[in-house]
Amino acid sequence: MSKFRKDGKKGMPAISTASLPDIVFMLLFFFMVTTVMRETTLFVSVVTPKATEIKKMEKKSLVSYIYIGSPIKRMQASYGSAARIQLNDAFAEVGEIQEFIATEREARDEKEIPYMTTSIKADETVKMGIISDVKQELRKANALKINYSTRKGDY
Amino acid sequence: MASTRRGLPEINAGSMADIAFLLLIFFLVTTTMDVDTGIARKLPPMPEEELQEDDSQIHAKNIYVVLINANNQLLVEGELMDISQLRDGAKDFINNNGRDPNSSENPEKAIISLQNDRGTEYMTYIRVQNELAAAYNELRNKASLNKFGERYADLNKTQKKEIRKMYPQKISEAEPKNIGGNE
Repeated sequence: MSKFRKDGKKGMPAISTASLPDIVFMLLFFFMVTTVMRETTLFVSVVTPKATEIKKMEKKSLVSYIYIGSPIKRMQASYGSAARIQLNDAFAEVGEIQEFIATEREARDEKEIPYMTTSIKADETVKMGIISDVKQELRKANALKINYSTRKGDY
Repeated sequence: MASTRRGLPEINAGSMADIAFLLLIFFLVTTTMDVDTGIARKLPPMPEEELQEDDSQIHAKNIYVVLINANNQLLVEGELMDISQLRDGAKDFINNNGRDPNSSENPEKAIISLQNDRGTEYMTYIRVQNELAAAYNELRNKASLNKFGERYADLNKTQKKEIRKMYPQKISEAEPKNIGGNE
């Protein structure tokens, strides 16, 4: 430590650290901007079911989300409380899923398309009827890799 | 500008970096994206119009039929079963190896057929999927411990492939029926 200081003092002037905050701020902003959580505003309330045999999702950028659940309180006046599908930032009908998958594919590189996954985030109280419809649509759209979103937990 | 310089001494900006670092670390820590977890499944491709799959070649004894009705009850191989027993039931079936003439011949031929009602609750469905996945995972773990002395998750790719070949996860899902009536 002391050796260091002696050298520095004798040889060259101390490097100004005044710009260090700027550099760090730049880093800070970079992280703040890039770690934007791509969290769409949910219009449906989703509590995913619990499971133990779960896997982590690998590439987040290749995942498209389909939310299924009953509309949140604020929306129930206009949309009722029956389970609905949400794609991106709006409610959707089952028939719109193929279109949704197509636009999701267009946004990605062609090479990445086979690795794309569709994550079904459905509420645990939802009936299977709507999920089956969604699955059928995904089959039609040839989006066969799916992931039932669950949280870790035992029954 | 000149007056300030003459009046007060310059504020030391050296600690500014520390403050910024603190903020940086705060953001780095707090913006941990909650990792998405789930049960991965692969859907079967849409069948061609004329080319209907011929299931008759598969012996009925190699199929483990799991039905879930609209009241979230399970009917496994024609018998009512509690969901907590499904894991052991599936394991026995897969690992039968011809012991019981009415059960599967070997793990490679064993198929689990899952059918649910449109009124089945999603939670029950996931639980059944989970139990079936757990049955396979436990069998694979056991096999890899026997063979390689390591857990399935710790194996390398070729070893995993070998184990997967021993216990291929064949879960077939039939189109749901609407017996329960209401949706």
